[in-house]
Amino acid sequence: MKPARAPTRRGRTAIACWLAFIIACGVIIGRSQFTTDLSAFLPRSPTPAQQLLLEQIRDGLASRLILVGIEGADAPTRARLSKQIAQRLRVDPAFVSVNNGENVSAERDRVFLFNHRYLLSPAVTPTRFSADGLHAALSDSIALLASPAGLLVKSLLPRDPTGEMVQLLDQLDAGKRPPMVDGTWGSRDGARALLLLQTRASGSDTDAQQHAMAAIRHAFDAVASASPAARLLMTGPGVFSVTARDTIKSQVSRLSIISMALIATLLLLVYRSATALVLGFLPVISGALAGVAAVSLGFGAVHGITLGFGTALIGEAVDYSIYLFVQSEQGGADPQSWITRFWPTVRLGVLTSIFGFAALLLSGFPGLAQLGLYSIAGLIAAATVTRFVLPHLLPTNFRIHDVAALGRVLSGLVQRAAKLRWAAVLLLLAAAATLALQRGSLWNDKISSLSPVSQADLALDASLRADMGAPDVRYLVVVSGASREAVLSSAEQVSALLQTQVDQGELARFESPSRYLPSTATQRARQASLPTSAELEARLAQAVAGLPVRSPLFAPFLADVAAARSQPLLQAADLEQTSMAMAVDAMLIRQDSHWSALLPLTAPEGGSINASRISTALSTLGSTALANVLFVDMKAESDRLYSGYLHEVILLSLGGLLAIVGLLLWVLRSPLRVLRIIAPLAAAVITVTAGLAVLGQQLIILHLVGLLLVVAVGSNYALFFDRADDPISPRTLASMLFANLTTVAGFGLLAFSKVSILQAMGVTVAPGVVLALIYSAIFARTTRA
Amino acid sequence: MKMRHLLLALALLLVAAISHAATWDIDQLMRSLAQTRSSHARFVEKKTIAMLDQPVESSGELFYSAPDHLEKRTLKPKAESMTVDGGTLIIERGRQKHRLQLQDSPELAAFIDSIRATLAGDRKALERSYRLRLDGSAEHWTLQLLPLDEKMQAVVKLIRIVGVLDTLRSIETTQADGDSSLMLIDKLATP
Repeated sequence: MKPARAPTRRGRTAIACWLAFIIACGVIIGRSQFTTDLSAFLPRSPTPAQQLLLEQIRDGLASRLILVGIEGADAPTRARLSKQIAQRLRVDPAFVSVNNGENVSAERDRVFLFNHRYLLSPAVTPTRFSADGLHAALSDSIALLASPAGLLVKSLLPRDPTGEMVQLLDQLDAGKRPPMVDGTWGSRDGARALLLLQTRASGSDTDAQQHAMAAIRHAFDAVASASPAARLLMTGPGVFSVTARDTIKSQVSRLSIISMALIATLLLLVYRSATALVLGFLPVISGALAGVAAVSLGFGAVHGITLGFGTALIGEAVDYSIYLFVQSEQGGADPQSWITRFWPTVRLGVLTSIFGFAALLLSGFPGLAQLGLYSIAGLIAAATVTRFVLPHLLPTNFRIHDVAALGRVLSGLVQRAAKLRWAAVLLLLAAAATLALQRGSLWNDKISSLSPVSQADLALDASLRADMGAPDVRYLVVVSGASREAVLSSAEQVSALLQTQVDQGELARFESPSRYLPSTATQRARQASLPTSAELEARLAQAVAGLPVRSPLFAPFLADVAAARSQPLLQAADLEQTSMAMAVDAMLIRQDSHWSALLPLTAPEGGSINASRISTALSTLGSTALANVLFVDMKAESDRLYSGYLHEVILLSLGGLLAIVGLLLWVLRSPLRVLRIIAPLAAAVITVTAGLAVLGQQLIILHLVGLLLVVAVGSNYALFFDRADDPISPRTLASMLFANLTTVAGFGLLAFSKVSILQAMGVTVAPGVVLALIYSAIFARTTRA
Repeated sequence: MKMRHLLLALALLLVAAISHAATWDIDQLMRSLAQTRSSHARFVEKKTIAMLDQPVESSGELFYSAPDHLEKRTLKPKAESMTVDGGTLIIERGRQKHRLQLQDSPELAAFIDSIRATLAGDRKALERSYRLRLDGSAEHWTLQLLPLDEKMQAVVKLIRIVGVLDTLRSIETTQADGDSSLMLIDKLATP
């Protein structure tokens, strides 16, 4: 290799600026945060319902649940492991609760409920403590004594003859729970032991979730060493985040290494020069660094998907140096002549790409805006380095392997390509017809389509959830207010309405924080319903008339009621150490000076919730109360959110296309030429989309981004075919083929990714750019040669 | 030599067979009880509770279908029903419906099983919670169940089930605190 020719002063300045730029990018990236959660695919300016959805996804109770299954070995072993794991994890502060069916807090819960029964029971009203009310309550309790359950309540009768404890226990019954197998929860088929854990950290805190998972695995390994047949299964939103992060991390690093290696091999074959290879990658690396730095500055954090996308973009950024090296005249190559002859075309290609990606910047979806910014910054940096820095770095007598021979073969092919026009038109018509026929099912507007979680993991999740009967937090009534007291009392009003829906069979049940922590006003009212000792004694004497009991039996009742009348009101802190604390904690949320209460609804067994009936029922609240109440169907809301984005992105893409057409019209000033450039790109887009439809891939947002890339990359080809210097030179043809191959290599790899959103881009771009090149050749102006 | 051995073996077999037919044992009772796949009966139950001045008397109908469905429909003095299905107990009284999981109250589970497992002829299930003692003959037997678990012993002292052939006639429960109940059962035609 000969030494580089002494750079000119301008060259030195350019190189210095470039180095400074690279260092600056490096510093920014060093301080960047990288994320992999779904939040990048959630909106920037949400509605109240969406806001709630986001908070629930990030921090809600459901986000903090980890479902654990133990498989293999025999049932007694599984139960033993379950107990031992639970025992270890219960002392771990990372977990708020560890439940495996063992009744560890049941006694505490009972004591708490019993001691506060007159403040908690909704049955406590003045009528209930009248002589008649007492008589009715007593005869009920005596009848219960005679029933099989009497065994359980007999000891309570002297202290709680009105049966408030039975009332409370009834309310707290959480519905379906897994069956007990050898003293712990087991699946219905008996093949698994089950545990339900709640982490202290929110589901979006991926590091903490990873620690929690490690703690579970550690506990399992420690106790299961003697039972090698036992296997540990875990699922839950936090587990998904951790798995997704690991998958994206490993995929991104593997894909970038493989694609680099592939492209390097390809270029080495073409250039037959290590110098050219190294120099050719300089714009790519500059572009990648600029892209990550720009996203970091613009968004505060870089999403893993953006990086994955970045590896694919290597294949495009390398195009510019290919054009420079291959298109330069052989022998005494003077980059200056390339700059004057070809740079305007490349520049226009870069501009069309930027116009296309600018549309993504406007997306309300931060994830897409990141991709847009990354692409724009990356392409500008790569093109600029190719134009202003790279020529100064080329050694004297820099040369690459002569590709003219290959170029001439390509020339011959292109000459004949025009004959394929009719065939191409037919293919295009077939593609358009396919799209027209399948337009109804073309798009997948479910948000789950974006999830980086594999089908196998989703299936495991569904199966463990079914075993557990885990709460499916889909329907929520949200009550907001300025204080805890305000939301609790609104929640009580809403509860009363919901109870009528339960009585009518519209709901199986609902939960409310006010059940465990009634508002102060309600607690006072209940206290006020309790008569004085003297009064109660007199009424009780009347009440026992005709019943097989004598009033002296109820002396403990008189004492308890007297104590309850002056009992301090229940505070949130009183719940601590009971299992109710966790429920209230999840349902009563404080954000600065804003409080909200969440009331999850459960559909009747085998049925579903009629949303409009619930809304109608809630609308009977007074208008002031109603303004603070929101009924949310989380699933419908998230799907609506996503399909909203999908439509937004479709519009933005069309906008980007229009911008590209406008740009070309302005630069070329010839509608016919613009048409000739746009036509092959549109043809490629239609054909690829139809191909995906035929193969049964429903389109998600990322396919659309892929189509945008097809237009961006393909515009370079179309522009070269449209250059005035026809016949198109063999070298230009060869450069386009290489550029095309590198792009296919970069994106083609994504098509094999396990992450659905990366895969979507891969399967769109790789065939798309090949088609764009072929269509460009077929529809190029017929040369006069 | 060979012949003598054979004769001896034969004699031993005979003796075993004869003695088997002569003693009425739990396995035989369980087998005959297990024959009944479903049954329907009337009951009258009298509970004597120290806290109450007079015994509480109730009556109604019992339904059983193998292996684990038991329904007790009380008609007097107050309509009420208790249904056990697998591990779930549902008590309905007027508009109120209480649902209990048997796994949450082992004592209650053991109590329910004393009846249900006897009806099913499920010796294993009975022996999980009780020590069994059988007296009498196939024509008139008494099965006594003595709780094994300490917690259960604190509630129930003894359950005495009296029956004729494969039919239960009465169930008498003596609680640890002296309270007791006696349920007389009158079999109705099996549907």
